[in-house]
Order: sequence, then C-alpha cells, then structure tokens
Amino acid sequence: MSTLLKIRDIRLEGRSDEQWNPIINGVDLTLQKGEVLGLIGESGAGKSTLGLAAMGFTRDGVRISSGTVEFDGIDLVKASAAVKRGLLGKRIAYVAQSAAASFNPAHRIIDQQVEGPVQHGTMKRPEAEETGMELYRKLRLPDPDNIGFRYPHQVSGGQLQRAMTAMAMSCRPDLIIFDEPTTALDVTTQIEVLASIREIVDEYDTAAIYITHDLAVVAQMADQIKVLLKGDEVETADTRTMLAAPTQEYTKSLWAVRSFERPAKPSVIGGAVPVVSVRNVDASYGTVPVLHDVSFDIHEGRTVAVVGESGSGKSTTARCITGLLPPKAGEIAFDGQVLPADYRKRDKGQLRQAQMIYQMADTALNPRMSIGNIIARPVQFYTGLTGKELRARVDSLLDQIELEPSQYFNRLPSELSGGQKQRIGIARALAAEPKFIICDEVTSALDQLVAEGILRLLAKLQDELKLSYMFITHDLATVRAISDEVVVMKDGRVVEQGEKQAMFTPPHHAYTDLLLSSVPEMDPDWLTNLLQERGVDNIGDAAVDKM
Amino acid sequence: MSALMWIVLILIGIAAGGWLLRWAGQKATSNAPVFRDMPYGVAFGYVLGAAILVAGVFFYFKPTVNDAGTAVAGVVFFRWAVQGLLLSMLLAIGFKQFGKYVGTAGTRKLFRSMPLTASFGILIIIIYVIMAVFAPIIAPYGQEEVLASANVIPGGNPAMGGDPAYPLGTDQIGRDVLSRLIYGARNTVGIAFATTVLAFLLGATFGFLAATLGGWLDQFLSRAVDVLMAIPSLIFALLLMTIATVWAAEWGIPLTIFMVVIIAVIDSTRVYRLARAVGQNIVVMDYIEAAKLRGEGLGYLIFKEILPNATAPLLAEFGLRFCFVFLTIAALSFLGVGIQPPLADWGTMVKESASFISFAQFAPTAALPPLLAAGAIALLTVAVNFVVDWMLHKSSGLKE
Amino acid sequence: MANVLSIIVQRLLLGLLTLLVVSIVIFLAVNALPGDFAEAILGQGATPESIATIRRDLGLDQPMVVRYFDWLSKMLRGDLGVSFAQLNFRTNLGGAGDVGVAEQIAPRLANTMFLAATTAIIAVPIAVTLGVLAALYRNTIFDRAANVATLSSISSPEFFMAYLMTLFLAFIFPIFPSLSNISADLTFFERLEKTMLPAITLTLVVTAHMMRMTRAAIINLLASPYIEMARLKGMSPMRVIVKHALPNALAPIINVIALNLAYLITGVVVVEVVFVYPGIGNLFVDAVKNRDIPIVQACCLIFAAAYILLNLTADILSILSNPRLRHPK
Repeated sequence: MSTLLKIRDIRLEGRSDEQWNPIINGVDLTLQKGEVLGLIGESGAGKSTLGLAAMGFTRDGVRISSGTVEFDGIDLVKASAAVKRGLLGKRIAYVAQSAAASFNPAHRIIDQQVEGPVQHGTMKRPEAEETGMELYRKLRLPDPDNIGFRYPHQVSGGQLQRAMTAMAMSCRPDLIIFDEPTTALDVTTQIEVLASIREIVDEYDTAAIYITHDLAVVAQMADQIKVLLKGDEVETADTRTMLAAPTQEYTKSLWAVRSFERPAKPSVIGGAVPVVSVRNVDASYGTVPVLHDVSFDIHEGRTVAVVGESGSGKSTTARCITGLLPPKAGEIAFDGQVLPADYRKRDKGQLRQAQMIYQMADTALNPRMSIGNIIARPVQFYTGLTGKELRARVDSLLDQIELEPSQYFNRLPSELSGGQKQRIGIARALAAEPKFIICDEVTSALDQLVAEGILRLLAKLQDELKLSYMFITHDLATVRAISDEVVVMKDGRVVEQGEKQAMFTPPHHAYTDLLLSSVPEMDPDWLTNLLQERGVDNIGDAAVDKM
Repeated sequence: MSALMWIVLILIGIAAGGWLLRWAGQKATSNAPVFRDMPYGVAFGYVLGAAILVAGVFFYFKPTVNDAGTAVAGVVFFRWAVQGLLLSMLLAIGFKQFGKYVGTAGTRKLFRSMPLTASFGILIIIIYVIMAVFAPIIAPYGQEEVLASANVIPGGNPAMGGDPAYPLGTDQIGRDVLSRLIYGARNTVGIAFATTVLAFLLGATFGFLAATLGGWLDQFLSRAVDVLMAIPSLIFALLLMTIATVWAAEWGIPLTIFMVVIIAVIDSTRVYRLARAVGQNIVVMDYIEAAKLRGEGLGYLIFKEILPNATAPLLAEFGLRFCFVFLTIAALSFLGVGIQPPLADWGTMVKESASFISFAQFAPTAALPPLLAAGAIALLTVAVNFVVDWMLHKSSGLKE
Repeated sequence: MANVLSIIVQRLLLGLLTLLVVSIVIFLAVNALPGDFAEAILGQGATPESIATIRRDLGLDQPMVVRYFDWLSKMLRGDLGVSFAQLNFRTNLGGAGDVGVAEQIAPRLANTMFLAATTAIIAVPIAVTLGVLAALYRNTIFDRAANVATLSSISSPEFFMAYLMTLFLAFIFPIFPSLSNISADLTFFERLEKTMLPAITLTLVVTAHMMRMTRAAIINLLASPYIEMARLKGMSPMRVIVKHALPNALAPIINVIALNLAYLITGVVVVEVVFVYPGIGNLFVDAVKNRDIPIVQACCLIFAAAYILLNLTADILSILSNPRLRHPK
C-alpha cells in the first residue's frame, strides 16, 4: 500500500469579530490508497473544514495558517490555483451534505455529471454520458438511462445524493471527501445511500474521507476512525479497535450515550382517564389532507413517543392538539373533557395545561428578551405573581433546569449554548405548571452528549412533577431511551401503537420493522448483514414502495 | 479624432503595463502566490488605477490662472473637489479617533469597528442637526431678510462684484445666500424628517397589523398598496400636488402641509411592505407561537415580541426612507411645487440660482450657490446612506 | 409548459386589472376637486354662457360613473381629450385650431423613449459588467471604491448630477451642448449629441443602482453550495461565474434592470426639466404648474402604464428563466 494523502500539523483559522480564531490546531492525517477514513466529531469540531483542507480548499473567511497537505507528492497548500484546479474533480472529488442545494438548479443532472470529465479533458461528451449512466446503474438509481436528463428538483433527495456520488466518481478519482452525505435523509433512505456508496467505493478501490457525527454510520463505512474535538485530534484507530476499546475519556463518553435507557414504567391501570386523548382526528392544510383518523391516549406521568419519517404527520398531530390547526373531524380531550378545536377559543386554564418545547431553541426564544423575562412572563401571566415572589419562582425554575439563577437571569439567549437554550425552553414550559408537555424533536438539533443531558433532565422532571410527555421524534435511539409507549406514523396514519417493550420485540408491523431495522447500529457488520438479510434490491425506498 | 487616438494609445499602454507588472512581479518575488495567481484583469486594474492617480496629481498642480489672467475653471473645481475629499477623510479619521476614546464603553467599541464612511456619515448628520437647531444663532442674517444689494456675486471679492459681508453673495431680491443655506437645514431637513416619521407611523402600524392578523385585512391592505405602488411615486406626488394646490387655495391651508401628508402616504406604502415582510418573518418564529398559545393579546404580541426584533431593519429602512423622502421633496421644490417661499429651501434655491452655472468658466465662484445648495442635499443623503450601509452590513454579518 | 402559460396569463390579467384600478384612482383623484373644472379653466372672468359651453363639452353634467367610462373608452381609442389651455383659448376667443392632448403628447413621448433607450443602452451593459466584477473582486480596493462611488451617486439628487455634468461637460470642457433643444428635423447624430448630457446624467444614477443590485444578487449566489461544488470540481473562476452563477442570477438581474428602467420614468422628469429636453416629463411638469388636468391625467396614466408594463415584463421573463417552473415535477 502506498500513501495517498499526508497532512502534517495543519492549522486552520476562521475570521470572526475582526480577528482570526483557530478552528483546527495542528492535526495529522495519513490516508493509504483505497482506504476509508471516518472523521467524527460534534458540531464545531472542525471536521468539515479539515475535510475541505484535505482538498487544498478553504471557504471564504477561513485560511490555512501552517502545515502541509501532501496529495500524491504535491503540496496543496503551496500549489498554484491552476495546479489545484487540475486535481479537483479529476483526482480528488467531493460529495456534499445537501445534494438538493449542491446541484445547480439551472442545469440537467447529466450536464453536471459530464462537466468534470469534459472540462478536465479526460473524456468526450458522449463517452462521459455513457460512463455516467453506467454509474447510475451501479448506484441502483431508477431508470438510469433517463434520470440524468431530469433537472435536480425533479428527483428525490436520496436519489440526488446518489447522483452526486456518481458525479464525484465521474473522473474515477483517487480520493473522495464525503461531507455528511446522509445526515439530511430519513433512515430508510439513508440506508440505501450508505449501501450504494460503500459498494462503489469498494469496487473502484477509491480512498475516501467520510465525515459524520453519527458513530453508527461511520462504523459501517470506515476502515479507520479519527475523533476530533474542538479542532484537536482525540484519537485514531482502526474501526473495530475503536469501537471495542476506545482509550480516551471523550471517546468513551460518546460511546456511552447510546446506552442511556430509562426503566419502563408499569402499564396503565385499565379504566384510568387519560390526560390527553386524541380521538379520530382528520386534518388538512387547505385542501391537502395530512392526517387520517389519528387516535391515541397519553396517561399521567407517562411518555408517548410519536415516531415517523418526515412528512408522516407527527408535527401536524401536535398542532391539532395545541389548537393551532383545528382538526377537520375528531376531537381532542383533556382529562376527559373535550377542548375547543381552535386555541383562540380555549380559556387560560385550558391553555396552560398543555405546553410545548420546540426543536430549534434559537427560534423558540425571543432573542431580545432576557432569560429572566422569558421565564417570568408565563409565571406572571398565569399565576399573577409579581415582585419578589415572581423572582423567587423564576429562580426555582432555573434551579429545576440546573442553571444557576444569579448567573443566567439577566443574560440574552444569544449568550447561551444550544443545550442551555433548550433548558430555558423547558423552564418556560414548566412555568405554566402544566400537566402535559409536547416535546417536538427537542434533541435532534443537539450534539449527542448534550442531547443526553436534556433527556435525563426531562426524565427527572417527569418523575418529580408527574408530567405527561408527547415526544415527537424520528430518532429511534431517543424513543428507546425515554418512551413508555410508542405510536408509529406513516403518511398521516397511525401504523402501529403499543407499549415500548412490545414495540421493540418482534413481530412488528412491516413498516415498523423496516424503520427499526434501518437504524444503523454500532456493529461494523450491521450493514453487511442487513443487506444479506433483505437482499440488495429490497432496501430503503424500494422496500417502502413495495408496502 | 486625435483625442480618440490618444485614448486608444493610452489604453494600449496601460494594457502593456499590466502585463509588464505581473511579469516583473513574478520575476522579482520568484513566483510568490500574489503575482503567480494574479489574473490579467487585476494587473490591468492596478495599472489603470495608478495611471488615473498620476493624471490626477498632474492635473491638480496645473496653474489655476492662465496667461491671459483669467481663471482656469477646470483646475479650480478639481482642486476644490480634491481638497473637499481630503478634508472629509481627515474629518472622518479625526472623528473616529475621537469616538474611540470618548464616550461610554459601548460607543467606544462601536467606533473601533466602524468603517471611515460610517464615521463620516455620523459626523455630517451631527453637523446638520446642529445647523438646523441653532440656525438663528449661526446664520449672519434672517432667512427672509431682504438686504440692501441684490445679486451680489459670491466669493467676497469686490473687484469681481462681491462683498465680504456676504461671502456667498445675495440672491435676486437681496437675501443672504449663506444664511438661507443654513436655514435650509432647518426647513428642508425638518420637513423631510416629519414626513418620514408620519410615513413610518402609518406604514409600520398597518404592516405589523397585516402580518400578525393576516386574513382579509392583510389581503385588502396588500392589494391596495400594490395599486398605489403601480404609480411611480414622484409622478403620483406631482398629480396629487396639482390637486392639492386647488384644495389649499380653497381652505387656506399651507400647501407644505398637503405635501407632507401626500408624500407620507405615498411613502408609507413602501414602509408597509417592509414592515409586513419583517413582521411575517418574525410571526412564524416559535416564540411567537409560544406566546399565542399562552393566550397573549395582540398588543403584547406586537409591542413586546415583534417590535423589539424588528428595530434593526426598521431603523435601517428609516434611514433609506428619509433619504428618499428628502430627495422627493427636493425634487418637488426644484420643480416649483414643493416647499413654498419665503421659507428657505435647498431645492428651491437650486432652481432659482441654476443659471449661475453658466458663468462658471469665467468666475468659478459664481457657480457656488446652486452647487452648494444641491451639494447640501447630496451630502446629507450620502451621509445617511453611509450609516445605513454600515448598519445593514453589521446586521447581516451578525446573522451569519 | 401549460403550467407556465397559465401563470403568465394570470400575471397578464393581474397587470391589466392593476392598470384599470390605477386609472380609477387617477380619475377619482382628479374628480375629487372642489368646485368645477369649468370655473377652474376659465378663471375669474367667466360668463355663465361660456361655463355652460365648457360643461357640455367636457360632459360635466353627466354622473361620475358615466364620465369615467367615457374617459376610459376615449383613452383606449387614443383620444386623450383636449388640454385646458386649448379649451380656454377656443371658448374665449373662438379659435378653431384643435390640437388634442394626444397630438401634444405623441412627439414628446417619442423623445422621452429616445432618451430612455439611449440611457438603457449605455447603462445596462456597464452596470452588469461592473456588478459582476465587483462581485468577483469583492472586498478589494476596487469593490470598496465602487461601493463609495455608487452610494454617493445614488444619494445625490438628479438635478445635482445634472448640473455637475453641465458644469464639466458643457461649460468647462465644452463637449456637449448644455440644452437639449431637439426638433423633428434633426439628423440622428445631432439628436444623439443633444441627448447625450441628459442620458449621461441618468446613466450615472441608474448604473449605480443596477451595479449594486447585480453585485448583491451574484454575491448572494456565490455563497450557495452549488457554486462551491463547481469550484470543488476544479472549474475555472470564469466558468463558475458564467456557467454556474449567471443562469441562476438571471431572474434577479432582470428584475434589477426592469426596476431601474422603471426608475428612469421618474428620474426623467427632473432631468428633462434641467436640460429643457422636450419630453413627456417636461410637458407633465408644465401641466402640473398650469393645472392642466387632462394633460396631467394622460401623462400620469402613460407613466403608470409604462411602469406596470416593465414590471410585468420582468415578472414574465423571470418566470421563464426558472427551471422549476419550466420543468415541473
């Protein structure tokens, strides 16, 4: 084996607030021909910046301050723009996170496919088109001979992601940088993209750097894993060693997150009145129907996880419960009493009983209001407390979410980290002293360690305050960690519901099974086994379509 | 045609110079990245810029008086322009340094990160405000005071028909031009400011209401605004002013008040659009949803949740709108249907003294009254635009 | 394609509707005047008979709705009525030489179109080129200088620019004539020479606007992932701009151009007055000063129609340039 890429002591800086701040502080990286390196880390670890630097490329406002990037004997840091242009696209290719944004909307897919080989002079156009279709076939895109003649917006996200992989492969590069290629996809779509990427990288013996924050994904793809934390390397090892025996504390803590699971609660006693009861709800946006006959109950002190992929109607169900979207048919009952469909017709007492915590803490908190006021407003609004009593109540709420009151009371949301903001969102919901809280993807925008902290906090609060949660999520690990009951939704219908234990033990409904089995696991052989089990042509969307 | 040939020759020279610069740079620095990766266009640009600079310096030092003893107007004006530019730069640098060390910690920090253009803009705005407020103290004469001699030539040189008592001369009926210029700050700027405030009250109120309530109110207001905006604003203003003159005569209300209302209404349509768009962006935020679900009323939503988040874009828009209103009023006055005499107003002054421009090639100072009045308008709008540009840049930078 | 066609038809109808409503607004605004046109036209020394004559001539004895449709149908047939100045002349002195508003406006409209076209031909290519260059070399000295220069040029009132141009290009360096006394018997080049100064003035104002907006539109695009993708595919900077950025910037750039051509309509009024250019703007201002309502109304409607038409064209062109609409799913 010979060395393809050698990065030595690279340092990258980004410009903000009129000065250069370090992003990567001296990282080494060595990649052999045909080897796949997984680069993992949380947001802000600098993994994308490092990935791009491996191509000798920096985004605007970023610079390489020192170090060398040697690709096949050429130092990309010192190379002229013309030399780099000759390598990019031809010998080093890139696959971006969002295929929908990275394909030029003005040109057909095939035009973008052949642009690389034609401009680099490796192929004539007809030959390049032929190769493109060949690649589409290998990546198992539907209708490979014609799909290229469509415009990007006419093709689905998972297919575009594969088309972009085909585009990267167009010149048979020696190295491909994959920058979170499946992060934006649903699990069932992700799996087929993963499978086809892995297959083609194997077949062409291409070296790759696979950047992701998802450990289970990288376990399937990489021969070697490098863990980054805030611009520093934590450790590097081959995949199996790394998974079995991480040496560093940080790596171990990343691994440990996956093991958090709350003990299940005893089943509900028959005949108990549920806190929230959704009964035969139909709903539509304008004339487009989105929910069909949705029914489920949520009992006191329990967590119901509503699971489904994007577009399944999870969030719409939440909007029906809160009254933002009055249902077309069916009703919402609270403690056995039917609520008015429109939130504007509900009284204060009814409104305060159901609170929401949002996915994006950034947009959920008014950026111009101090933390103290954000929490104080609902307290004052519902209880009428003022002055010292109000302050005392806010302090106790801040205590409950484990933030020091004196330190945070006067701060603005922008001065807080993502996890802290999410805690403030929780405190605001608690301020109304509700019985029921809707948690809408509350952990999906957070890094794993932080997300786990939030889940633990929510579990603790539930035990203390006998809260009921409706937990909307697409992440089955979260479901496993926190839920008592599970409701699986698809295309606006409830596919299956029941106790968690029952849901996670076979036999399942076919869709639940597909959903569950598509969640990547930490076992490096998981994908291989799954493909054998399901058959190559029966994964992902293809499997969904067959239902 | 020889002039054309010269231009072509010079361009060829610059083109060759650009190539030479790049080549020499590559040789001298042994292929440093700066020269190695320099596109030809950039090299051409550098040489072109240098050539213009050299030509400018050469022109600046040409004599201001020719052999026959008369002034060479081109050189005189060029010197004035260069001196004005240098003076502005010095003022801006001085003011920025001043701001860095004086004031609260917040303003000091602001001044440190501020570009020169913005500090220049702020300085000019401050000067205008002072001029407007203290006009009676600063101005040597009253704005309507008719003095002894009419048509005194500016420059204060008795040999040329000037008078040191009136450094900028007097107008056709003998009013001091300098004093009227200073009072102009009060009238022109004051009226434009009042108009903008009125336009904002109207536009922002309806815009936020439309954004928050939506439904038929939003539909109705937006369609009405679409129609009003389909008529070019200056044209619409002129049409309405025509009609207003009749009303004004009928009711005995000053035409200026009509003008303020008319322009405010026309301009409020633009404010409405922006306020509605900004409001809509905020209304979809989760914190607004949270407040709605809490059961908060309309007043709380608009004043506590929406308005604080809309101040930055609204403030920038206020600056732009002010410029627009100010220019519209100046244009109306210039066309003779704006601010009415005897109030001193820059637009009207330009119109009245415009004919002096044709004397410029004999006596450069004669052209000063119209140029200064028009320049006074331009300077303020430039200043406001510089500040707004900086504010917009800053707020867009914060978003990233 | 059917989809696009229906959108375009929809836009056209909307444009027509807007124009109709605008005509109502203009008609109502004028008819909200107190008293009577007849008195306004004839002034103090009017006899009851002459007032009655004018009333009958203008149809002022009819109800408002009838008058509106009468006025509208005449407008559509190109009959813009008779100016008050003419009416006064005819009624008081019994003159016969009837020069309708249409006859007065037509040659001036042609002059204004000539000026606007000249300006557009100079300004659009310069502005788009400079805008692309500024975007390409953003944050360099060139970009900053251009920023300051264009901001200053936008901020200045048109008459300031106009007098500066006169000062430099007509008096100090006498290249162009300071007044644009255009008449029908001029050759094309004489005409062009006399139009040059107002055209340059307008160019300065409009170019600055267009250049800034083109720059902003392109910079907006340069931040998009597909541009980064093109660069990562090793494409040359020129190809990135021309092949990848420009096709997507078409819609915003078309809008920028239309917006500024529409702005020309407003700017043209002041500039025509400064240079005494015999265009429709100058006629309009004179009519405003003389309160010659039929001319004011007609000019207003023409300006509004031009404005709506330009925006409509831009709208339709940007719809056509959008691949999402041309090739629906």
